[in-house]
Amino acid sequence: MKARHKRFALLLTGVTVLGLAALLVINALGNNLSYFFSPTEVTENKVPENHVFRLGGLVEPGSLQRGQELTVRFSVTDNRNRIRVRYTGILPDLFQEGQGVIAQGRLGEDGVFVADEVLAKHDENYMPPEVAAALEKSPQDGVAGGTKP
Amino acid sequence: MIPEIGHMALILALSMALLQATLPVIGAHRGISSWIAVAKPAAQAQLLFMTIAFACLTYAFLVHDFSVQYVAANSNTALPTLYLISGVWGAHEGSLLLWALTLSIWTTAVTLFSRSVPAAMVARVIGVMGMISVGFILFMLFTSNPFERLPMPPMEGRDLNPLLQDPGLAIHPPMLYMGYVGFSVAFAFAIAAMLSSRLDAAWARWSRPWTNIAWVFLTLGIVLGSWWAYYELGWGGWWFWDPVENASFMPWLIGTALLHSLAVTEKRGAFKAWTVLLAIFAFSLSLLGTFLVRSGVLTSVHAFATDPGRGIFILIFLGVVIGGSLLLYSLRASEIRSTVRFNLLSRETGLLLNNVLLVVAAASILLGTLYPLILDALGVGKISVGPPYFNNVFIPLTLPLAVLVGFGAFARWRQDSAATLLRQLRLPLVASLFAGMAYAIWLTPYFTWGAALGMVLAFWVLLSTMSWVKAHMKPGELLNGASRGRWGMVVGHLGIAVFVVGITLTSIYSSEKDIRLERGQSYSMGDFTFTFEGASAFTGPNYDGYRGLVAVAEKGEALTTLHPEKRNYRSGMPMTEAGIDAGLTRDLFVALGEPLGQEGAWSLRIYHKPFVRWIWLGGLLMALGGLLAASDRRYFRLAKKARKTMEQGA
Repeated sequence: MKARHKRFALLLTGVTVLGLAALLVINALGNNLSYFFSPTEVTENKVPENHVFRLGGLVEPGSLQRGQELTVRFSVTDNRNRIRVRYTGILPDLFQEGQGVIAQGRLGEDGVFVADEVLAKHDENYMPPEVAAALEKSPQDGVAGGTKP
Repeated sequence: MIPEIGHMALILALSMALLQATLPVIGAHRGISSWIAVAKPAAQAQLLFMTIAFACLTYAFLVHDFSVQYVAANSNTALPTLYLISGVWGAHEGSLLLWALTLSIWTTAVTLFSRSVPAAMVARVIGVMGMISVGFILFMLFTSNPFERLPMPPMEGRDLNPLLQDPGLAIHPPMLYMGYVGFSVAFAFAIAAMLSSRLDAAWARWSRPWTNIAWVFLTLGIVLGSWWAYYELGWGGWWFWDPVENASFMPWLIGTALLHSLAVTEKRGAFKAWTVLLAIFAFSLSLLGTFLVRSGVLTSVHAFATDPGRGIFILIFLGVVIGGSLLLYSLRASEIRSTVRFNLLSRETGLLLNNVLLVVAAASILLGTLYPLILDALGVGKISVGPPYFNNVFIPLTLPLAVLVGFGAFARWRQDSAATLLRQLRLPLVASLFAGMAYAIWLTPYFTWGAALGMVLAFWVLLSTMSWVKAHMKPGELLNGASRGRWGMVVGHLGIAVFVVGITLTSIYSSEKDIRLERGQSYSMGDFTFTFEGASAFTGPNYDGYRGLVAVAEKGEALTTLHPEKRNYRSGMPMTEAGIDAGLTRDLFVALGEPLGQEGAWSLRIYHKPFVRWIWLGGLLMALGGLLAASDRRYFRLAKKARKTMEQGA
């Protein structure tokens, strides 16, 4: 085999691997991104329908209810709007009323967010940056220009 | 007084690092031997001062000197001694100090174990490591001084993050840092070789054992971290594609590629430019990893010390190191010529493919890790990239690696023929197909193609490696130092087989259940019955908690009792300690959720995890392989020979 052919074959292999990787990446990125929304954004219908997303805010004090077996209901608030959440399973250690929380799941037809995963971060002083940002917006209630395109 | 001594020692270490970063490099360039001679004593003095600084901080922890802000924030008087010591590196400032100490340990090791390397080369290597050290110590002194005093010392400190109060995690960061920082040696050798325009096979031979050892530490660090996450976080998983995990995994992947390409450069003189680039990337990713984890840019469990103000310094430092070394590379790359020829079917090609796959896999992880940061910076939206992304990209990219293992080891350098290769590998090929399929059909709870693929690959790696041993190694050669490099390869590759068995069977056949159980109630999972016998309150050194009692029976016969715990640290943080019955072929895992109602009912999480230990066992075997390879006698013989010629010359 000539050197030129060999180089071409090696190059072809490299390009194939890269192409394959790019294909995998694009495919996987498209299906596995989950966007973050605050309760206000959900209320304003900014959430694409029937799509998994992350809802973040504070667990509204007094909203936690335990149902049959391991089903729990609570509300997530950004001090402006609240979204009701249903979850079946064990809540994380740091889940508490009044604390920051992120829930991943889908919005049901009845307006209740059905979470498959609830995350409360592993430090009592730690606030997920998304939640902090969502709460920061809330005092400027009604101020125009608060939302970016 | 003691913290001030520590602070002074840090400043003295900085001045030593400055000396070490300048004089030897200039001396090597101009051929001034007295300047070159500064390298070793400066590096050793730096280690002395770093050790003093580190000892001072440790002392401040041990005597509960809460006037030091860092001590007050990360320990208290009730903390057990082990965690007072590990608390030193429990947060940002102290972990930087550990990083810098580790760097001076590696530098001093270079001064001691590189007698076979020309003095000018060693001087450049030590000089480059000195530059990195200058950056780190400046970062500490300006933005993250661990010795900072509080004007009003509190009576009692806050606590060390309870997650870190665990023996596994006490040694996880030092291991990881030994790995991260160890890559600085390979990096420094690459830079030094470029500076001196001596990019021959010799520099590959010099940096190879160092890279091996660093890689061994990094492997152990990652294995420890994964094991810790499994039992301590109470989630029962062993890998979450968390940004910090990725931060340690990327340098590992590039480091693995570097190990293999160094082999080609040493043995065949090929891939020189590529190997240099890998050495740069391995260390750059280690730096990125250190900073990503500690700077708080990432939303993650580990980012407990968050201060964006440090970001600017970090960006500049990363820019100088990565940008500077790539600039040097672009200036010198044209001088690097590989005149070595090899055929398409050869071990070189096999190793090239190995490198391409590893690097592309690392790049896809880098993309997934940084993508949310980039989108956020551009204001597009806040997103997160979930584990499915990583699994969907990473697994297809690494499966071919397992296939390559057998062919790559058998293929000869320069050229081989397809017929010979196939003849040598026919038996393992057929045997692994049969064994893997047979395992998936008869020895698993139910058949899946995923399990069949995983087991076929595992058997393929195992059997092809065994037949390589049969063909190339003589019995009794294990004790012979000259063949340890090859034994290292064998053991490392066997580690892959064990690892693949572990992930395949654990990820497909694990069972998990979240359930509410009252006292006396039980739950059956396969052959195992878990009976909850209640939870009772107890008190630990710095926490209160509940300890559950879960009796486990296998096919009706009592097997063991598990004691999962729920702890409430007095610093205000709750923690879950799982109860685990570990076994070679399966783990039983029970974690307490929370009390439900007044009658003593709790929510419990129950797992059955087949072969989960094999994942870490595989990692340990890989590390052992790396250690064997680094202890190959040819590196020591070189050192001895060089010493002899030096003595004869004198």
